[in-house]
Amino acid sequence: MTKRFNVVGQPLPKIDAWGKVTGDTRYTDDLVLPRMAFGKLLRSPHAHARIRAIDTTRARAVPGVYAVITGADLPRVKFGILPVSQDEEALCTEKVRMVGDAVGAVAAVDEETADRACRLIDVDYEPLPALMSIQESLAHPEVRIHEYGDGPNVHKNVALQFGDVEAAFAAADLVREDVFFYEGNTHLPMEQHAAVAHATADGKLTLWSSTQTPHYVHRLLAKILDMPAAHIRVIAAPVGGGFGGKLDPFAHEIAACRLSQLIGRPVKIACTREEVFYIHRGRHPVLMWIKTGFTRAGDITGCHLKTWLDGGAYGSYGVASTFYTGVINPVTYKMPVYKFEGARIFTNKPPCGPKRGHGTPQPRFALEVQLDKAAEQLGLDPADMRRRILVEPFTKTANHLTVTTIGLGECIDKVVEASGWRDKASRYRAAAEVETPKPLWQPRRRRGVGIACSSYMTGAGTAIYWNSMPHSGVVLRADRSGGVTVLCGATDIGQGSDSILAYLVAEVLGLDPKDVHVHPADTSLTPVDLGSYSSRVTLMCGQAAIQAAERLRAVIFKAVAAKLEVDAAALAARERKVGLPDDWDKAVDFARAVELAEAMHGVLAFAGSYAPPKRAGKYKGGGVGPSPCYSYSACVVELSVDEDTGEVELHDVWIAHDIGRALNPLLVEGQVEGSVYMGIGEAVMEAQVFRKNVHKAPSMLEYKSPTTLETPEIHTMLVETDDPEGPFGAKEAGQGPLLPVMPAIANAIYQAVGVRVDEIPITAEKVLKGLELKRQGKTARVGPDRVPLFTFKQPLVVESAFGAPAEAIAVRPFADGPS
Amino acid sequence: MNIRISLSVNGESCELLVPVHKTLLEVLREDLDLIGTKHGCELGECGTCTVLVDGAPVLSCIALPADLQEREITTVEGMADGARLHPLQQAFAELGAAQCGYCTPGILLTAKALLADDPAPTRQRIREALAGNLCRCTGYTKILDAVELAGLRMHSPRPINARPSGRGAKPQGVAPEVSLSESALRRRPDGKYE
Repeated sequence: MTKRFNVVGQPLPKIDAWGKVTGDTRYTDDLVLPRMAFGKLLRSPHAHARIRAIDTTRARAVPGVYAVITGADLPRVKFGILPVSQDEEALCTEKVRMVGDAVGAVAAVDEETADRACRLIDVDYEPLPALMSIQESLAHPEVRIHEYGDGPNVHKNVALQFGDVEAAFAAADLVREDVFFYEGNTHLPMEQHAAVAHATADGKLTLWSSTQTPHYVHRLLAKILDMPAAHIRVIAAPVGGGFGGKLDPFAHEIAACRLSQLIGRPVKIACTREEVFYIHRGRHPVLMWIKTGFTRAGDITGCHLKTWLDGGAYGSYGVASTFYTGVINPVTYKMPVYKFEGARIFTNKPPCGPKRGHGTPQPRFALEVQLDKAAEQLGLDPADMRRRILVEPFTKTANHLTVTTIGLGECIDKVVEASGWRDKASRYRAAAEVETPKPLWQPRRRRGVGIACSSYMTGAGTAIYWNSMPHSGVVLRADRSGGVTVLCGATDIGQGSDSILAYLVAEVLGLDPKDVHVHPADTSLTPVDLGSYSSRVTLMCGQAAIQAAERLRAVIFKAVAAKLEVDAAALAARERKVGLPDDWDKAVDFARAVELAEAMHGVLAFAGSYAPPKRAGKYKGGGVGPSPCYSYSACVVELSVDEDTGEVELHDVWIAHDIGRALNPLLVEGQVEGSVYMGIGEAVMEAQVFRKNVHKAPSMLEYKSPTTLETPEIHTMLVETDDPEGPFGAKEAGQGPLLPVMPAIANAIYQAVGVRVDEIPITAEKVLKGLELKRQGKTARVGPDRVPLFTFKQPLVVESAFGAPAEAIAVRPFADGPS
Repeated sequence: MNIRISLSVNGESCELLVPVHKTLLEVLREDLDLIGTKHGCELGECGTCTVLVDGAPVLSCIALPADLQEREITTVEGMADGARLHPLQQAFAELGAAQCGYCTPGILLTAKALLADDPAPTRQRIREALAGNLCRCTGYTKILDAVELAGLRMHSPRPINARPSGRGAKPQGVAPEVSLSESALRRRPDGKYE
């Protein structure tokens, strides 16, 4: 690491931290406009029903009601976030497909009146059979939730094969087949979704929303409301937590817009916590079958994975989710041959979609637990086994993904060292075999440590709609005051994207981040950024910001060089000055340099654009999975299990993350810690489950998530690999570190008490059941033991690209050329 | 039915005419423009709406203002002393303890009550005090660090610099004057913070 930085690498506060600690930050529900009305949605109590008729007469008669709308008041178009799944209506017209589907909306003088009026909308439903699981949906093809897809109630059916898996299994010393289930769970952002819409007399419309993707909402609103996109402005207010739950266009946003257009007043709709549980779009429940061949030394000869996703009632991001349950697996370990089959099944439950790690935590759990089982059978240390089969840097995977830098070896070394793995693993393993008699009143607790690794993409290589435009854009304007303004469509959901923009611009221009004003996420002001998903923002906006700042700096240097009569190439910018490093006394103030440049060049406004390198595999489906670079994490968990209650207590988590470069180590640590925490919740308690067609726990008390008391000490270590694709070498931090946590916990539980729970969440009941099986001398395993009878598509067979060298420097669109 | 009430919020008294069932959360946000108090569930489950009543944490979403007349209510807007931030606010900003920031006001006030009660709480005591405040972003680590740092700063005769924990070191050292927008964190040549 020879690069020298002034701002990058510093543990600075976020630029918006001050507003957040004083209560000044205005989230969407904090916005109040003059004459604003309040809206409410009427949601379906049925999981599956035909709508025979809707009568709004009684609702409209309530004093204080401004308007009541149903689907008939909206253009008859279906929409969806992915072009291939246009299957949603903001207000359902013919059918409801889940409890919580919206059928009507009211705007009134206050929320209470709107709520009361909503209840007076009369809907005549004809209930239909509700399909509440993958098995039910496949068993009842005569009940169709949707009329499209790859078969009755099958949304998507994919099959890809890279190389000859059967030959790979024949060459193996050990072939394991395992079945796993990963229950769904939800994002649970602290802020409930809210929207404020303001349609004005000039025919234009502004929407403020707690959304992670104002650009996609903008595009879809034009279609849904059948009005020119040019007349719509979407502003993402600071978002109070997203985690993927605010990535679709939602009924409340659309209803607020339509109601505002009808009544000529601003309309706010703020969802209740219960509504947020039904809005969902969270983690897919996934059933998995995984077959992997190993050599005696622990090398993987080949892997075959089948996944069945419980998609819920709508498409959402589901097609991408389906691919993601398969395509990222080969990025971590050498996997020369790979076959993946996946199917997403419609059910009458809230739709699943992208949650932190999008589609990858489930197969990661399966793979990492299976590796642990194989290591035991082969008599190998699970840390050492992983360490020796890591993907080589700058090579391609079987499924044609390009791996650039990989710091996973160092990550494993760090967590092994810091956790005392070698000592503990052997000690706890030995102790697990010994029966220690204890009096009944003393808790019988056994300790265990478990390890797992993972990888995740730093931004999706393709947009969700096909286009050749930038994925991220920045416009930079230098002010005569010496301040610089950044306009960028990026949406800060707490991850710190506004701050990253300020840091990078300040770094290039030699400023203090305080001198940089960031205006994010406003479709009328800011160049498009696709949204805060797939861990893409730091890399893509960051590269665009650096490019814009370098273009501005070039003009400033030219002007200063003329003034000082020196060579522009010899100039440097730092400490709010521009000058020759060898003759710094003559350096001019940045504000003065801006004046010189503006006099020479005219108004100083420069653009930066970023699009990922085009490296998708040349096969159908090759567009999902490619990323400029991949982050890597290794995790060791230490816990104890109570043998009488099955209760799991987490003690410590050591996690090392290959961040490429930590642009701000504090923020990276924060992302890693938050990911670990969320992984812990998924691993041992969180579950989005249904009983009698309704959510079993649609409240923050009943939906268990970790508090300070259940969250152990998290020890974060960062590994820097300086990736050539990242801004100053940086990779992602927001999602990857979640992935190894669940399997590390499962592996630690096995080490502690010899029980395999091949199912997430690993609750005390399941551990206890395993302990009971063990006492009875049976196989101490809890989890699914069968998979549905299901015919996957004939696989698309493609040659494996495993081990092929990656292009040294990828060609990237917009990398050069005029601004 | 409307009711006339007088409340004392952040040291200012106010007279209000509000529906009798309107919660303290709603009155603060809608009638007094104190939007710093947030809502996460409106059922008393998540701690997001926490305010202080006579110095003790209260869930404003299930509190009725009519019950709280003659009591002193403190919201996040009342934490700073003019433009001078409360040490908790300063530490939360410096250490990245606020990510999305939505749970932050409730946590700051709960922590303020804790530090008033116990100037030097153990990490376990901080965990117990904050167990009723959910945060989905941070994994609580930086929050615990920030409460520890603020506690040390409030009760130390000399200024104390921040140092992220997780590195096995307690905050220590001498801090420069901290302005509203600058961090006291500095990175030493050996890569550690001080």
